Amino acid sequence: MEDKDHLLQYTIPQLLRWRVNTTPQKVALREKEFGHWNPCTWEQYYALVRKTALGLDRIGLQREDKVALIGDNIPELLFVAIGTHALGGVSAGIYQTSLPDEIAEILNYLDVSAVFCNDQEQVDKLVEVRDRIPGVKKVIYEDPRGMRSYRSDPWFMNIKALYALGDTAHREDPDRFEALVDRGKPDDPCHLCLTSGTTGLPKGAMMTHRNYVNMGVQITKVDPLEPTDEYLSFLPFAWIGEQMNSFGVAMATGITINFPESVETAMDDLKEIGPHFMFGAPRIYETIRSRIWLKIDESYWLNKKVYTYFIKVGEAAARYRMTGKSMPLALRIRSWLGTQLMFRPLINQIGLLRLRRAYTGGAALGPELFTFYQAIGVNLKQIYGQTEITGIAYMHRDGDVRPDTVGKPLPGTECRISEEGEILSRSASVTPGYYKLPDKTRELLEGGWLHSGDAGYIDGNGHLVVIDRVSDVMHNRRGDMFSPMFLENRLKFSPFIKEAVIFGDQQDFVAALINIDPIVVGKWARDRGISFSTYMDLSAKPEVAELIAAQVHSINSQAEKDHFRIKRFAILYKLLDTDDGELTKTGKIRRKFVKEKYQNLFEALYDESVVEKTVEALFQYQDGQTAAVTTAIKFYTMEGD
Amino acid sequence: MNTLTISDVTLTFGGINALTGVDMRFEPGLISSVIGPNGAGKTSLLNCISGFYHPASGEIHYGDHRLTHSSPHQVSNLGIARAFQNLELFRGMTVLDNLLLARHQKLNYSFLQALIYFGKTSRIEAENRAYVEDVIDFMELEPYRKRMVGSLSYGVQKRVEVARALTLDPDILLLDEPMAGMNIEEKEDMVRFIIDIQKERETTVILVEHDLGVVMDISDNIYVLDFGELIGAGKPAEVAKNKKVIDAYIGEN
Repeated sequence: MEDKDHLLQYTIPQLLRWRVNTTPQKVALREKEFGHWNPCTWEQYYALVRKTALGLDRIGLQREDKVALIGDNIPELLFVAIGTHALGGVSAGIYQTSLPDEIAEILNYLDVSAVFCNDQEQVDKLVEVRDRIPGVKKVIYEDPRGMRSYRSDPWFMNIKALYALGDTAHREDPDRFEALVDRGKPDDPCHLCLTSGTTGLPKGAMMTHRNYVNMGVQITKVDPLEPTDEYLSFLPFAWIGEQMNSFGVAMATGITINFPESVETAMDDLKEIGPHFMFGAPRIYETIRSRIWLKIDESYWLNKKVYTYFIKVGEAAARYRMTGKSMPLALRIRSWLGTQLMFRPLINQIGLLRLRRAYTGGAALGPELFTFYQAIGVNLKQIYGQTEITGIAYMHRDGDVRPDTVGKPLPGTECRISEEGEILSRSASVTPGYYKLPDKTRELLEGGWLHSGDAGYIDGNGHLVVIDRVSDVMHNRRGDMFSPMFLENRLKFSPFIKEAVIFGDQQDFVAALINIDPIVVGKWARDRGISFSTYMDLSAKPEVAELIAAQVHSINSQAEKDHFRIKRFAILYKLLDTDDGELTKTGKIRRKFVKEKYQNLFEALYDESVVEKTVEALFQYQDGQTAAVTTAIKFYTMEGD
Repeated sequence: MNTLTISDVTLTFGGINALTGVDMRFEPGLISSVIGPNGAGKTSLLNCISGFYHPASGEIHYGDHRLTHSSPHQVSNLGIARAFQNLELFRGMTVLDNLLLARHQKLNYSFLQALIYFGKTSRIEAENRAYVEDVIDFMELEPYRKRMVGSLSYGVQKRVEVARALTLDPDILLLDEPMAGMNIEEKEDMVRFIIDIQKERETTVILVEHDLGVVMDISDNIYVLDFGELIGAGKPAEVAKNKKVIDAYIGEN
């Protein structure tokens, strides 16, 4: 494998120039437009970046000036970003779903002097807040549709006009662009990446050229890519995951980036491109699996039979493959047959046949999804990292995929767990800090380590396990740390459990309130001839309690640490609901509220003498009326766990 | 571009007058709407313009051309295209095929040339596809390009219907209730498409529509029909104040 470390001396525009000198005629970008995939070679890419850079230079953009990018993924986004970098300017990505007020605040915080928008939808948002963003001197747009009434206004500019300016500038001074590119230093900040602030305004992490290039170099040391590989750009550009690929990985490896025709067609374009690697949030993988299930369900009986047989074989084989163990011969033959007869044609239909690796990050993915994808022959792996470390710091290695971990550090990344259990990392991809927020920067980089804010530990195989946000973890009375969300997710991976609330902060043990899944448990009960009337009735059945106890038992048996074991649980008589204030709008548990509302149940959970308690349940009907029902709720202690 | 003039048109079905002495003038480049209660004769008027019906008396002129007795294909060759109220699409064909088929009259190669294909035919077919793709982009139909029309939602089918009329590169577009049966969001989209068709494609739009809010918002001129007679005409603000129009809509005399 060629050594790519020498690429670390370049800035992104310099690396682009290096690509042009090495493979000028190779396709760098491809965009689908009017039903056609239009290629753009490295040479053309560089020329377009030059036009943009000199055009921006002409309209007065200075070194360290900021250019914001708002829009769907199109090649022009890269031209403007890298053109800005060539000038020594800084680009910044803003989510295309942001509201006008949000955009105005971000633009002012980042001191943006020019904005690039892809279409009228985004331009209109700026028009709405125009008087509040005095710093913005120019709005550059790509798609002129619907922009007729703005044509006479000098605040707006079509990207074609910018290219023309750049061309004129290049004719007048042909050496200027190269001189500008030479001036760049790899440690200069080149992009401001907004981190998803859960409270208040997002923070802008300053990313340097080296941050991105290092990421591209290091990740391909683990998972090498060929210059002939394809990548489909469908993640929001404002997210680090997309920049990491288009600034870092693509430049370091020379792969082709493909831009879908529109956001809605991304899945169809995926099929046409057949990418070699992809990267996405868990939701994307869930969607694709649903598509596969739907296709199988719509298929005729023989296909269904063959699928049901081979998916079991595939999953058995996947368990060997994920842990790198060698398979028994009989299973190997059956698994090979399944691949040839079922799974190759199947994943070809979705466009995943050429996929060598798929990465998931950003949130937890159910272990059954890992097994599913590995079974059908898609090498799905977990990654972990933050925006502040250019997206990825930890990753599964091929043949060592453990669904409950996030893998091992990338080459050049050091990992440490602090006294408080916080995950600390150090690498060349760590940001120099947040824009205009020295206090937050100090907190983030205290002691020279990147503080992730996540709690975790390193398991026996050297894999990192992420538990939860440090601020969300609980400590039992002995001071041992555990994560309620981590345990709740474990419970929720059981199909019978819909929702769970874990208690145990400053207590002797962990206890849970559990919501059964009405559909799955309902079917389970019907199949066994257990009759029930309402959800409340179903959840009070002793058979259901036995079922849930078995689930809890199996989760306890997998517990990494003794204090993770759930000692007592109760099945709640109603589903937790947003309307009752128990869940947030995004479906997260409002822990404090739930604890207060079910205080009597909480007390009984921690009073081991209580076996049953009569409670009065209040129900609110759709019309606002309330009714009270008295019900008995039972508490179960897990024996012998 | 030419002006479409309707002078003293009367359309009769066995003794019943669907239209009585209607005079209208559709100026180029504007959005003109025809409104009126059910059975007022709006669709009959469009049928007269597009050559499906021929008026018993009166004249229809498009610039120098007399359309009074023209057949539908002659009218469409003059650059007057129509999107139907009840979808008239080939449900078993893809969106792309529906649109390509609509351009058959623009394909000027012979049967023999089609057999050889290379040369002229292939060039024309390529241009044809490029034009259709432009319309697909304009009407934002990319996700549905290869889907069967019958499998699409009603709102999308309406968009395909309008797109098909656009593939003829018309100077005048007749839209018969493009917003009927749509939800708010689909309506908003359609309004934006209609305005873009007028401004960006420089097309005269004649709109028959029931949604008065939409009509008042986007029309340059409005004609009001009631029982086949023209009872009001003018700018939206003038029409909204017209007593006869108010009576016709509220149903009092």
